[in-house]
Amino acid sequence: MAADSPLMALFGRSPVKPIQEHIKKAHACAERLLDFYDTAVTGDYTAAEAVRLDIARLEQEADQLKKDIRVHLPNSLFMPVPRSDLLELVTQQDRLANRAKDIAGIMVGREMAIPAPLQPLMREYLVAAIGASAKAAEALAELDELFETGFGSKEISLVSKLIDALDNQEHRTDELEITIRKALRAVELDHPPIEVMFLYRVIELIGDLADVAQRVGARLQILMAR
Amino acid sequence: MTIIAEYGPWFVLLACIFGFFMAWGVGANDVANAMGTSVGSRALTVRQAIIIAMIFEFAGAYLAGGEVTGTIRKGIVDAAVLEGSPELLVYGMMSALLAAGIWLVIASYMGWPVSTTHSIVGAIVGFAAVGIGVDYVQWGKVTTIVLSWVVSPLLSGTIAFLLFRSVYRLILNTDDPFANAKRYVPVYMFLTGFIIAMVTLTKGLSHVGLDLSFSASLALAVLAGLAVLCLGLLMLRRVRIDAEADRAFRYASVERVFAVLMVFTACAMAFAHGSNDVANAVGPLAAVINVVANQGVVDAKSALPAWVLLLGGGGIIVGLATFGYKVMGTIGRRITELTPSRGFAAELAAGTTVVLASGTGLPISTTHTLVGAVLGVGLARGISALNLRVIGTIVASWIVTLPAGGLLAILFFFMFKGMFS
Repeated sequence: MAADSPLMALFGRSPVKPIQEHIKKAHACAERLLDFYDTAVTGDYTAAEAVRLDIARLEQEADQLKKDIRVHLPNSLFMPVPRSDLLELVTQQDRLANRAKDIAGIMVGREMAIPAPLQPLMREYLVAAIGASAKAAEALAELDELFETGFGSKEISLVSKLIDALDNQEHRTDELEITIRKALRAVELDHPPIEVMFLYRVIELIGDLADVAQRVGARLQILMAR
Repeated sequence: MTIIAEYGPWFVLLACIFGFFMAWGVGANDVANAMGTSVGSRALTVRQAIIIAMIFEFAGAYLAGGEVTGTIRKGIVDAAVLEGSPELLVYGMMSALLAAGIWLVIASYMGWPVSTTHSIVGAIVGFAAVGIGVDYVQWGKVTTIVLSWVVSPLLSGTIAFLLFRSVYRLILNTDDPFANAKRYVPVYMFLTGFIIAMVTLTKGLSHVGLDLSFSASLALAVLAGLAVLCLGLLMLRRVRIDAEADRAFRYASVERVFAVLMVFTACAMAFAHGSNDVANAVGPLAAVINVVANQGVVDAKSALPAWVLLLGGGGIIVGLATFGYKVMGTIGRRITELTPSRGFAAELAAGTTVVLASGTGLPISTTHTLVGAVLGVGLARGISALNLRVIGTIVASWIVTLPAGGLLAILFFFMFKGMFS
C-alpha cells in the first residue's frame, strides 16, 4: 500500500551529474584527436580510420547523453539556474565532440598528408586546442560544487579563475593559428592547391575546437551570473 | 440513552478496531514520508529510521498528541448541541474512522497521494453536516483548520529558506566549510532540541501530570537543547575530513557533518509527526469512548484517557513494522537529491511547523508541510531540480479527498444508524 507520495514526485532528476558526464565524454573525443593525428601523420590511414571510428563512437555516446539530458529537463522543473542556460551549455559542450569528429573525418576522407616542415607546429597547435577543451572540462568539474554551495560567491570566483585560464588557452591557440597559417602560406605553392585548401580547412576547424571550448566556459559564466 | 447503555461496550470495541486500523494506516504510509528524507540522504539506514520512528512517533503521540486529538474529538462537531441524542456522535465518529481508513486503502492502492488528516477531517465534516445538520458543524474551527493547510507549508517553507540561507552564510560560502560546519552544526542541534521541547512543554504535558510555568518550561527546554548538543558533540568527534571522498566532491566531508545533524532532525520530525497525526486515529476513538464512559452525557470537558493515545501510538508502530519499512525504502531511494545539508533544513522547518500546529491543536498534513519546506530550500537555490507540478497534485488531493472522505462517512453513518436503531 504505497501511494505515490507528493514528496517523491517533488524531486526531479538533477541535471548536474549528467552534464558532467557529457563534458567528460565530449572532452574524451577531443583528446582522442591527438592519437588520431599521430597515426595519420605517419600516413597509415587504415590505423587512423580505426581511431576515427573510436572518436565517432564517443561522439555518438555524447549525443545520446545530450538527448537524455534534454528529455529529463522538462519545462516544469524549478532550478537554481534558468533551464535555457543549462540546455545552451549542453549544446555548446556537444559541439566539442562534433568538431573533433569533423576534423578526423576530413583528414581521413582526404587521406591528408601534412607537409613535413609544418608537422611539429601543427601538433603543437592541436595540443593547444585540446588543452582548451581540457580547461573547459576542468571548469565543468566544479558544477556539482557550484550547486552544492547554492552558487556561493567563493565558489563562483574559483570557477571564474578556471574560466580565465580557459580563455588564456584559447588565446594561445589563436596565436598558434596565425603562425601556422603563415607557415603554410610560405610553402603552399609547393603542394597541390586542393590539398592546401583542405589543410586550411583543418586548421580552421582546430581553431574552432578551441573556440567552442571557450564558448562552453562563456555559457558556464552566464549560468553563474545573477 | 438506552442505545448507549445497551451497546456501549460494542461501540467502544468497534471504535478501537477502526481507530487501530486508521493508526496502522498512518504508520504504514505517512511515517515513510516523514522519515524518507533522512533515508534518502543516507543519514540513516531504513532500519535506523524505523527504530527512531518507533520511539519518537510514540513519544510525540503520547506527550504532544493531546491538543490535536481534542480538536478532532470535539472541535469540529458541536457536541454540546447533541445532548439529546449522543448516539449520533458515536455513529458519526465510527463512520468517520471507517470512511477515512477505507478511503486511504483505496487511494493507496490506486497510487493517489492522499493525506490521512484531510480524509478524517473531510469525513467528520461530512457526517456532521449531512447526517446531523449543517448547524452542528463548527464552521469557524473548520475554516481555521483549512487555512492552516495553506499556512503550514508556507510557514515551513519560510523557515527552511531562512535555515538554508544561514547554512550558506555560515558554512557553505566560507573559506573552510568543514571547520565552520563543525563549529555551527552544534548550534542547529541545540535549536532542534530546544524548539521541540519548548513547544511540547508549553502546550502538551498537562495530561501526564506536568503543569509547568513558562519560565520552568523555558529552562527545561534549554536543558533539552543542551542535552542534544552534548550528544551531538560526542557524535561529531568521530567525523573527520575524508580526503579520498573530497577529491571527487569537495563537500563530501562537510555533508558528513550534516548527516549527524540529520539524525536529530529525523527524531524531531518523527516526534512532530506522532504529535499531529496520531489524532487522526485517536480523536474519533476518544470521542466514542467519552460518550460511552459518561453514559451518554456528551461532555466536552473531560480529559482524554492516556491509554487511547497509547493505542494510537501502538497502531502506528504496527503499521510501520508491517508495511512502513517498505514504503520508506521506496521513498528513500527516490529522493537521494536531498543531501544532509538540505535535508536537515527541510526536516527542522517542517518538524517545527508541525509541532507548533500540534501545540495549537491544528490537524495538518505532515507530508505537505515537508513539501513546503523542501520548496523553501529550493527557493534558496539549494536543490538542483524540483518538480513544481507537485503543488497542483497537492491541491487536487485536497479537492478529491475532502468530499470522498465526507461521502463515505455519510454512507457509513446512515448504515450504523440503521443497524442500531
